Amino acid sequence: MRRTAVKNDERITLATFLQPAAYLTPFMLGILIFTVYPFINVVLISFREDYKVLSREFSGYGLGNYARVFADPTFINALKNTAIFVAAVVPAATVISLLIAVLLNSKIKLQGLFQTAFFMPMVTSVTAVGLVWRWLFNFDYGLINYLLSLFDIGAINWLNDPRYAIYSLIIYGTWSMLPFTIIILLAGLQNINPQFDVAAKADGASPLDIFFRITVPLLAPTIGLVIIVNMISASKVFMELFPLFGGKPGPAYSLYTVIYYMYEQFYVKWRLGPAAASAMILFLIVLVFTLIQLLLQRKWKNY
Amino acid sequence: MSDLVKKTLIYTLLAVGAIIMVFPFFWMFISSLKTAAEVNTSPPTFLPAVPTFQNYVFALKTAPFARYFLNSVIVTLACVTATMFTTILGAFAFSRLKFPGREFIFASLIAMMMIPFEMLIISNYSTMVAWKLIDTLPALIIPFTSSIFYTYILRNFFLSVPDSLYWSARVDGASNWTYLWRIMVPLAKPTLVTIGLLNAIIAWNSFLWSVLMINTQAKRTLPFGLFAFTTESGIRYERLMAGATIVVLPMIILFLTARKSIVTGVSRGGMKG
Repeated sequence: MRRTAVKNDERITLATFLQPAAYLTPFMLGILIFTVYPFINVVLISFREDYKVLSREFSGYGLGNYARVFADPTFINALKNTAIFVAAVVPAATVISLLIAVLLNSKIKLQGLFQTAFFMPMVTSVTAVGLVWRWLFNFDYGLINYLLSLFDIGAINWLNDPRYAIYSLIIYGTWSMLPFTIIILLAGLQNINPQFDVAAKADGASPLDIFFRITVPLLAPTIGLVIIVNMISASKVFMELFPLFGGKPGPAYSLYTVIYYMYEQFYVKWRLGPAAASAMILFLIVLVFTLIQLLLQRKWKNY
Repeated sequence: MSDLVKKTLIYTLLAVGAIIMVFPFFWMFISSLKTAAEVNTSPPTFLPAVPTFQNYVFALKTAPFARYFLNSVIVTLACVTATMFTTILGAFAFSRLKFPGREFIFASLIAMMMIPFEMLIISNYSTMVAWKLIDTLPALIIPFTSSIFYTYILRNFFLSVPDSLYWSARVDGASNWTYLWRIMVPLAKPTLVTIGLLNAIIAWNSFLWSVLMINTQAKRTLPFGLFAFTTESGIRYERLMAGATIVVLPMIILFLTARKSIVTGVSRGGMKG
């Protein structure tokens, strides 16, 4: 009897749908209600003209929200700041992490201790650690300005001068991106067959040769993955502004980011149309960059 | 380059890097034990002249950090338990049960991982308003009971278990349900621990959603409570550092006890949660 029951699983009957449906329902409910529905909804809201939050009335569909957002100098500034942040943080974090990962992968003692140190920031809250950075960046008593004074560099107004605020954000952003990047690159390195190294050394290759001619090409898919994931997460820079600048988008409102702009349009001004449009613009830009990178990687693989 | 020079260089670079990574935590803790006068001195002192717990006393007295802590524990435990349940069932369906459209649905889910959560809040907020959940702890839990990423990781593990195990269990009379909970779940324990830890870290540190959902002081979670503390108590760094230590310490302890499984789990998964 049981055996036939098992065999019946292979034929499409009502039961073929019922059992998987029962297993999937708890999972799919969450995804449908809190990812699929809101995504469709936000796309629709972004195209609605004169959308009223309370009555949910709107006059039709169009590109009005997108036009309004692009005409807003604050949004352009936010787009610029986000682009600078991504362009600075992603390469910096990747290069530093690659160096650290290679060093961690060489035969060293105290491996566990070093790993613990490098990975620790990954588990901690942006809000709490951001407050420490705010304290380190403090103009009068911060440790960073004190260390600079040892080298005869005058105190920098890291957080209150619009010229320097973005550097503070970049330094903090790079620091917090390192642990995850190092972990992934280290795992990639550990999957490379050590015989390549041995063979290259036997042929008299220098360590730099080995790094650029063997390690980097073999690690290329992992590096590509790290760049994509970090680009996506850096493009959403926003929460860091809360602890660093007390919830304001930088000194004199100079450091808007796209998600901060979206947050303000949504939660402070209750203008849902522009909020949705700005989120869509960021999503589409990141999507295009991701696809371009995936294409390049595929091309590069066929050398 | 001689071996000694090379070794020295490697260790120096690693040590400097490690100090930069850990230093903010050290500085947080050290500053939290200083008096207001000592925090605001130049040049800064490294170790507190006379360690004091006054800042912790102040933090606990002015802001209900104990209450925040309890809220964070409740939200984190509920999120992790619910997510584990939906993930186990979902991953089993996507790896073992056969149904039309399985691969298509799964591929669509993977593509959805690109959608930033920040974008969805615009609509999820109205859902919570419609469900009358604003300013309640369930609002911090209900939207976070399913995770595509964790389901993806667990499904990959389930797929690596040989088919023969399933068929012999079925021949022995085990139903899918029994097989899943008696055989697969115990086998997947390391993966489940990793997923649970990553999930706990994310739930514990969640900030933006709590700011949107919670209005009442007594319902705040720790990261939001800490941020509110900065405006309520003014910028007094020795006090803020005490508050920050309260927020960060539980996760650091969790990390130190479970470092191995967190690290191997993240590197095997190869993506952020």
